[in-house]
This record gives sequence, structure tokens and C-alpha cells, in this order.
Amino acid sequence: MIRHIRRTSAFCLLLLVLLLLNGARVQLLDADEYAHNPANRRADLLRYDQPRGGIVVGGRSVTGSRESGGSLRYARTYTQGPLYAPVTGYASQIYGTSLLENAEDGILSGTDARLAPFPLWTALTREQQPGGDVVTTIDPALQRAAYEGLGGKKGAVAAVEPSTGKILALVSTPSYDPGELSGSGSATTDAWARLNAAADRPMLNRALRQTYPPGSTFKVVTAAAALEHGVVDDPDAATDTPSPYPLPGTSTRLTNEADGCEDATLRHAFEVSCNTVFAHLGVDVGLDAMADTAEKFGFNDDGLMIPSRVAGSTFDTDMNDAQLALSSIGQYDTAATPLQMAMVAAAVANDGDLRRPYLVNRLTDARGNTLAHTRPRRLHRAMSEDTARQLRELMTDVVTKGTGTKAAIPGATVGGKTGTAQHGVGNSGTPYAWFLSWAQADGAEEPAVAVAVVVEDASADRADISGGGNAAPIAREVMRAALDR
Amino acid sequence: MTATTAATADAPPPGIRLPRRRGTELLLLAAAVLISVYGYVEVGLARHGTVPAGAASYGAGLAVLALLGHLAVRFRAPYADPLLLPIAVLLNGLGLVLIFRLDQETPKDEAAPTQLIWSALGVALFIGVVALLRDHRVLQRYAYLSAAAALVLMVVPILFPAVNGAKIWIRFAGFSIQPGEFAKILISVFFAAYLAANRHGLAYTGRRLWRLQFPTGRVLGPIVAIWLVSVAVLVLERDLGTSLLFFGVFVVLLYAATGRTGWIAVGLLLAAVGAAVVGSLEPHVHSRVADWLHPFASIERGEGASQLALSLFAFGAGGMLGTGLGQGHSALIGFAMKSDFILATAGEELGHTGLTALFLLYTLLVARGYRAGLALREPFGRLLAVGLSSLLAIQVFVIAGGVMGLIPLTGMAMPFLAQGGSSVVTNWIMIALLVRISDRARRPRPARADTGVIARVVVPEAGADGDDGPPGHGRAPGEDAGARDGRPGDGPRNRPGRRRGRRRARRNGGAR
Repeated sequence: MIRHIRRTSAFCLLLLVLLLLNGARVQLLDADEYAHNPANRRADLLRYDQPRGGIVVGGRSVTGSRESGGSLRYARTYTQGPLYAPVTGYASQIYGTSLLENAEDGILSGTDARLAPFPLWTALTREQQPGGDVVTTIDPALQRAAYEGLGGKKGAVAAVEPSTGKILALVSTPSYDPGELSGSGSATTDAWARLNAAADRPMLNRALRQTYPPGSTFKVVTAAAALEHGVVDDPDAATDTPSPYPLPGTSTRLTNEADGCEDATLRHAFEVSCNTVFAHLGVDVGLDAMADTAEKFGFNDDGLMIPSRVAGSTFDTDMNDAQLALSSIGQYDTAATPLQMAMVAAAVANDGDLRRPYLVNRLTDARGNTLAHTRPRRLHRAMSEDTARQLRELMTDVVTKGTGTKAAIPGATVGGKTGTAQHGVGNSGTPYAWFLSWAQADGAEEPAVAVAVVVEDASADRADISGGGNAAPIAREVMRAALDR
Repeated sequence: MTATTAATADAPPPGIRLPRRRGTELLLLAAAVLISVYGYVEVGLARHGTVPAGAASYGAGLAVLALLGHLAVRFRAPYADPLLLPIAVLLNGLGLVLIFRLDQETPKDEAAPTQLIWSALGVALFIGVVALLRDHRVLQRYAYLSAAAALVLMVVPILFPAVNGAKIWIRFAGFSIQPGEFAKILISVFFAAYLAANRHGLAYTGRRLWRLQFPTGRVLGPIVAIWLVSVAVLVLERDLGTSLLFFGVFVVLLYAATGRTGWIAVGLLLAAVGAAVVGSLEPHVHSRVADWLHPFASIERGEGASQLALSLFAFGAGGMLGTGLGQGHSALIGFAMKSDFILATAGEELGHTGLTALFLLYTLLVARGYRAGLALREPFGRLLAVGLSSLLAIQVFVIAGGVMGLIPLTGMAMPFLAQGGSSVVTNWIMIALLVRISDRARRPRPARADTGVIARVVVPEAGADGDDGPPGHGRAPGEDAGARDGRPGDGPRNRPGRRRGRRRARRNGGAR
């Protein structure tokens, strides 16, 4: 009997061993899989169990938290929601996160490993860290100037510091209040439905995520390509271009809005924005060289993160000469985000050295200790210093005596380029007004800011839409704010 | 303290007094209460940043219960195993902490105060059993009465309305009890008593069929009948966990009593047939099995997580060290989180480490029960100890395995841990019986003068001792005397004889 009792006790021991093995399977082996199951609400509960870290603009957080009273305890608030929505994005308990709220979610929600003072120990104890702050490069004065400049119009502004790549302003209008999407109640779902159904698409980040035909502003790139590849040696020499210019291999004749474009010099063509000259130059430079230069400015790059993803700007690499001619004046399939065009202006302003644009200056923990600091880095050398110098001259001329006089600022050197982009089938849509520019205070060592403005306003009289008329004054106010920094 | 036993009365040479370890027990009890109080404090600090108001009252309540239990053991079962009571108090205390912790999630439905009252009742019954039942062998006389009472207890709930699909409750005047819980002990008593009396008949008589020896229906009949009736009743009531438990204990005791491996084979065969029939005929069971096989199927179907999936999430969230008491989200499990699924809270907030510690506490309890059984010399006590211990072991396995996805889920209460009055009371009675048995097992046998070897000793405790082998076979003379004699000097001298005796008994009884 004793022997059999011992055997039954061994059976009980076997049951225990099975339980322990199964426990290890469930709690250690499969735990990660369980944690990531969408039906497991723990991640959400943990995430909203504490106030989210702040997104800091100009030394002050533009975000906050409020007690929601639900099981997801804290909801996000925004102090100036519509103004900073293109920077912050939203943090919603239902719809997740976007833009900076998304890209730096780990820091803001407190889950990032860098927040733990003793990472291994914290991983062991799973102590929750308070959310850290994301200090942006945005300058509130520029942001406000751009936002107010656009007013009620549809459009976007991107401003960068040429020497570093810091993004100083990122505005998209019409905007929305991301705070409306924070909670988890029916008000949130209603707001989501309304914002998504709105005809003017307030949740679209036009500065980062929308590409437009850049129109004449692309002539900066074409001019750079012509100078870099020796097609034009002297900006003051005649370019041997007929006006109108027959597109190669077609019967279409390209015309100009401006006068004096026949055989115009590069300088004059740039000043008054001759289509014919730049179309011709583009064909002369050739497809490969044009694409090469465009790519050095940042085109055809889908992978740019600031740290939010930036939509790729395009310059086709497979075209006939007629298409190349149109592409060289920013039409056909050429498309660029406002940030991309600000990068073009910044490269010119910064001696041809294109800095990688970035939106996050520092990441800090809840006590303000810096965890990470973004260091400026070169993205590409877009062109030689010589070419950049020549382009700065050309752009300055545009503002002093060309199409962009409305951007002029006393006491500063301002370079600019206007653009009016046709779009829609048979150019039926309202043209987009573009202006890209940079500004350097007299006596300053380097340009303070590079700005790109696009205005797409369907309500405006079509004749009124021009880069010089609509977009340049907005750029001027942004530049003025930058010069006052 | 008591001068009733011969060993202490005679005790000629100093220092041979057998250790009773009551001081150890008191120390362990203090530790068990302190650990529980620490748990309350931790819940309070984690949830509200303050020591909860309940910590003092729960701690004091638990301490009083522990002390009363200890006094009962000290005066009525002084030789009892010193681990049984502290482990029970610790498990009960941890259960109260877990329920108190889950009460924080359901402020309108507090279960911990009620559970404390039930625990007090359980300890009162523990004291009652330890104090009044002087000899566990008395129970042997009431074998059939136990069986009848168990059947009545199990049948009665059929007259009451079903609760959550199972007709296992009796409700009156705001109270609800689960009589099936009490039936567990009674059935164990019956099994142990019947098998102790009839094990030779079961092992050696009857017809041989192929390689299996089948006993006569006269011997096998009553026990199989009672087992079948109880299982049938439980299936009717949809209390499948308990029917599995009865089955397991039945097979374990049958094997322990007769040593016939064939019984295990027959048992497993019956279990397989039963499971297949019930599994296919009962939609309730069928869905449980489906859940077990594919715990996340309902999520993929878009119907949300099943309770088992939520339980697995909780265990997974615990990881190695757990989230800490009060800091998990096992409340997401919702229904039955304080009863059937209480282990998920332990798994999430105490982690794999804490869960392993819990399992080891149960294991220690079971092992101590087995040990008491093995130290006894009469079959009824042995089988009762083995029955109660394996009842505990199988119950822990079935519940823990169920909520952790090892086996299909069956609704049952984790002993001492889960919310449930009947359960906690029953478990305290079980502990009382084990304390009683271990006291008997560890009590020094009255020494016979100063001779080391006595041919045949007749002492009251050894009344049923003679049938450790088939009747009529001789026993080694040294065995009884050697083990019975408390004097250390005798042990080594008798060891060879004892071993010889056991070998012979094995040859006689075990392997024909």
C-alpha cells in the first residue's frame, strides 16, 4: 500500500510540474503575444493611466491632459489646437495618434526605454515612467505669422533654418482642433466623422503630406542644374531660346506670361519667370542631369522623416523631351510638398549645403533632463557654393526688381521665387500660388530662414492668384518674424 | 503539556521528548498573518497611496482566527504537523487580500467582508472538528451514512433554481451555499472507509478477464454505484469540475488501496468514454472544449475576447515578477473574477514567481497530507489522508489548468483563495481532518517498558493495523515495535527488521 501511495503522490507531483511548465509558457513564453493581441486592453489602459508628456513650442507646452473620468484616465488637451495641429497631430483614445504624437509616442506615453533611469531594473519591475517632453524646433512667432498670414485661405507654410535644418514653422490651413479627438465618447466619434467628411479636409497636413505642382518655383532647381552642368556659364549671356518655344517632338508651343523672354539671359528669365527659357534649359541639361539635381535637393525620396514621415516629392526619371521641358518649369508630373520647396530655398541660402530638416530639438524626461538631442546633419550637397551664390543673386533680383517685390523687407537681404502652378485636367483647376524665399538680416553671417508658401484658394479671382501677389506677403511676415528672433 | 501519553509520562532519560513544533507553528502563523497584512498595505498604497482602513481589521481578524486555530491544535492535537495550519492561514489570508484587491474595482459589490465571516466560520468548524473528533477512525463507522448524506446534499440543489447555468446552489434568506462542496469530504470518507474494508476483496477475488482481474459485483457494486450516482447527479447539475474531481479521487484511492494498475486503465477508459459522450451531447461542455482549443477564436470572429482569453491576457501581463498587488488589470475578466478566476489576479499581480510560490504552498499542503497518511499504520486513515490530499491536488490542477489554458475550463473554486463560503468552510474542515490524522501519525506510540523488541503489541491505535497484508499472512515482528516506540535508541536497531518486514509485506500484498 505504501508503494502505491508513493506512486499516487508522484502523480500529484506530476500535476504540479505540468502546472509550473504551463505557467512558464503562459507567463513568459507567450506573454508577448498576448500583450500584442488587439483584444487585450492593457496597453491602452496603461498608456492613458498617466498624463501624457508635453509637446513644447518656444519653451512652453502646447499640450496638456485632463481627467476623463473613464477607465482610460487621462485625455489629451491642446492649448492652441488648430495652430499647432500640423506639428502635434492628435492623440486619441479611439483613433490612435498622428504626427509628433505618433512619432514620439514612446517618450510622451512614458514607455520609451530611455526614460528609465535604470533600464534593466525598470524592465524587471515594470515601473511606469512619467511621460517625457518633446521640445520642438518650432518658433511660435513664425508659426503664428504663417497661420495668420494664410488666414481663412487654404494653403500651407513651411519654414526652415537654412544652416541647421530646424523647422521653424509648419502650418496647414484650414486646420482643426486635435483636442476634439482626444476622448473616447460619442463627441469624439462625431468629431472624427465630421472632420473626415469635411470638404476642405482640415486634417490633411498640407505642409508635409500634400504635394503640389511647384510651378515656376521649380525654376530654382532648373537654374541650379543648368549652372552645375555647364549649360549656362554666364547668367548674363543670352540663352538662344525662341518665344514661344515649341515643345520638342510636338506641335505645342509654350508661351510666357512675361515680356522679353526671347533669347533672354538666365538672370532676366529668372526675374520675370520665363517659361520658355527654363523649359529649353531643362531639355538642354537632359533628363539624367535634371533628375540628378532634383534628387540632390531632396526629390524622389520617400523616406524623409522629421520624425513624422514626409510625403515624397517627385521628379520623373522616365520622360520624353516635351515632358522634360514641362517638368523643368514645375508642371507635368513634377510635384513637391511645401517643406520640399522650403528645403530648395534653404539649400540655396546655405551655400548649396542642404541640411536634413528636423522638427524635434530635444527629448527630455519628466524632470527636464535631456535624453536625446538632434544634431544638424547634411542631407545632400545640392550644388556647388558657386552655383548657390549665383542663385542667391538671381533670387535677390526677383525680390528687388522682379515678380516678388512684395516680399521685400527693409534692412534685410531677401531672395525669392514666385510660382503659379496650373493644375487639373486641361488646367481647369484653380492655380496654386507659390512663393519660396530666404532672408538674411543686413550684417548677419548667414540667412535666418527659408520659407515656402503655397496658397490654394478656390474663392479667389483666378487672375489674382499669383505667387507674387498672394503668397509673397505671407512669406514676408514669416521672414520678418524670423529676422526679429 | 499533557501527561496523557505514555512517552511523556515515563520519559526516564531526559531529552527524548519528541518535538511537537507548536512554537514553530506559532511563528509560521505570525509570518502568514504578517504577509497577508503586508498584502493589504500594498494594495492600499498602490491604489490610493495610503494604508487602507481595512488593513488593521482584516489583519486583526486573521490573527485572531490563526491564534484560535493554533490554540485548538496546541491543546487538542499537540503532535499535529506544524505546517498544515500556517499554510491554510496564509492561503486564506492571501485569498482575502486578492478579494479585497478586486473589491477596489467593484466598490458597490464588496466580497471580502463576507469572505472573512465565512473564513471565521471555517476556522470555527476547524476548531470544532479538532476538538471534538478525538480519533479520525470514528468516521469509518459512518461510511454509508456519509455516502447517503453526500448524495442528499448533492441532490437538494436540483430543487432550487439554477445560478449561472449550474444547479449547485441552495439559496435562502440571502445566503447561498454550495452543498456539493461538503459532499466532497463525505464522499472521500466513504471511499476511504469502503476501500479500507474491501481492498483485498477488490484485489484478489473475482474473475480474471484477459489480463485484468475483475472483482465480484458484490464487492465492487456499492462503491461503483455510489460513484456513478454522484457523477450522474453532478452531470445533471452541470457541475463538471466536481464530477471530474470525484472521478480522480476515486481512481487514485482505488489504485492506492488495491495496487491494481488495471484500475487506472479502466478508469482512464471510462473517463475517455465519459468525456467523449458528455463533450458531444452537452453544448455547454462542447463550447468549453472549443474555447480551450482555440482561446482566441472569438476575437478573430470579432466577438471580443472570451473569458479564457482575458484570463490568459492577465497571466501574460504578469510575466516573471508581476505588476504588483493593485496594479494589474485582471478586473477586465469581469464575471467570476473573484471566484473561478481569482488565480488570474494572482498571476498578473504576483507574476510567475508568486504563482509558483502559491503552487508550492498547495504542494506542501498535499505533501504533508500524504506524509501523515504514510506515517499511519491503518488503512482507513491512510486512504482518508491520501483521499483528502489528492482531492486538494486534483482540484488545484483542474482549476489552475483550466484558467491557464492547460485543460478545458471547469468552474470550481481555488481552495482557500477563491471567493465562496462553502468552499472555504469545506477546506477548513479538510485541514482539520488532516491535522487530526497527522496528530495521530506523529504521536509517539506508548513505549512498552524498555524492551526494544516485542513480538506482538496490541495498542488501541493499532486496532486496524493488522491488515496491511492479506489476512492470514504473518508480519515481521520488528515492524510494529520499531515504529511505535518513540525512543530514539530503538530506531536504528530495528531498522533492518522493519525493512525486512516491509519487503515481505510488499511480496505478500502488492505483487501477486
